[in-house]
Amino acid sequence: MKKELNYMDSVHRYGRIWGIIVAIALLSFPLILSLIFKTAPDFGVLLAGIIATAPMYWAVGIVEIFTYVPMLGAGGTYLSFVTGNISNLKLPCAIDAMERAGVKATSEEGEVISTISIAVSSIVTTLIILIGVICIVPLTPILESPVLVPAFDMILPALFGGLAVVFISKNAKLSVAPIILMLALFIFVPALNASTVGIMVPVGVIFTVIVARILYKRGVL
Amino acid sequence: MEFHVNSPILFVLVGAIIALVVAQSVFFLARAVKRAKELGIAKDTVKKTVTSAAVFTIAPAVAVLVGVVALSKSLGVALPWLRLSVIGSITYETVAAGNALEAAGSGAGTTITDPAVFITIAWVMTVGIAAGLILVPFVTKKLQRSMGKIGMKDKKWGEIFNNAMFLGMISAFLGYVFCDVALVVKGDMSGLIPVCVMAVSAVVMAVCGLMATKARIRWLTDYALPLSLIVGMVSAIPITALLGG
Repeated sequence: MKKELNYMDSVHRYGRIWGIIVAIALLSFPLILSLIFKTAPDFGVLLAGIIATAPMYWAVGIVEIFTYVPMLGAGGTYLSFVTGNISNLKLPCAIDAMERAGVKATSEEGEVISTISIAVSSIVTTLIILIGVICIVPLTPILESPVLVPAFDMILPALFGGLAVVFISKNAKLSVAPIILMLALFIFVPALNASTVGIMVPVGVIFTVIVARILYKRGVL
Repeated sequence: MEFHVNSPILFVLVGAIIALVVAQSVFFLARAVKRAKELGIAKDTVKKTVTSAAVFTIAPAVAVLVGVVALSKSLGVALPWLRLSVIGSITYETVAAGNALEAAGSGAGTTITDPAVFITIAWVMTVGIAAGLILVPFVTKKLQRSMGKIGMKDKKWGEIFNNAMFLGMISAFLGYVFCDVALVVKGDMSGLIPVCVMAVSAVVMAVCGLMATKARIRWLTDYALPLSLIVGMVSAIPITALLGG
């Protein structure tokens, strides 16, 4: 028990240190650009751009922290919120890894497996983008070829189809209500689409947890 | 220094920040692998976690690269390289850059020549999504502690809670897959494309699961998710051609 506390505490300690260092590095990047090119940003444009962008993404970002921390684990969270692409890459990767290893996200084993999968995924992503940037000239026509466009457009359905089979087959009773709710919402509310799916993730999570609690109390699960 | 969207100094700066981010991943990876050993997690399990995470990442990472290429037309290569290697998802960065370009009165697709516009865009992209980056170091510990208590008293509920979270997230994305099917009544079949792709991916996953258990092809479980992802993506090509994109 003591050892478990030690590892988790150290994850949080190093997570904070790294998180703050990386945040400073990223936030100072535009500042350094100003110094190098001896140019200030256009503050009117800056304000307009931030007002158009920040409110929604800050709101989503804050909700995402609450939604994803319990699923990603501590180490996974510290890495994912720096390297991004959580719902379309890091979290499915971690969920799949924990599922195959047979560990729970809230256990220390889950914490370790999740961290390993997300760290590997982050490193591989960075490497692939690095290779792509180096070879951008020959790669551009391939990546933009009209033949391949549909494949990249359909990455989310292709990803969640497989993932859904794994989880629905294991939790058939629990999955009925959230799937019906989400299908109804997305089909009949036109405002729900690719750019708003992020807001619906916490809705789905909270709803499913409540349904699970009711079914569990009634002895259905 | 004279400004250019692909100025070498930009690559040096971006390279340094990305190296820092990779160092963080390597640091946590090394510690988690060491801890896995102490916890008695089988070496084979760790190895499989590493290889299948790497294989699974390839297709989504190439999709991210497509975003870098798209944004590089107006922003050069260095800035999109940074933004999509850290935090950003393609959807966010495209929106943020678009908002900033619009505010600057500059159109997408034309290469930026004014350093002030470039720097302003870099600021908008950075600040617009900094919530997680700034808050995570301060709130994660508390949040994770309180979540860790769920299931301590009641192990069965802990497991159900865990599955419910994942299912909730998956159900939201399943809903998203169906977001355009209402177009079908208007005769536009393109709304069915994501549904068909999802179905293909689901079938591949189900077949992998059956073969892994019935025919005892064990390695298949480790690569079932990347396999269903790739087959699903490839199937999108003929499906889109058939139903019209």
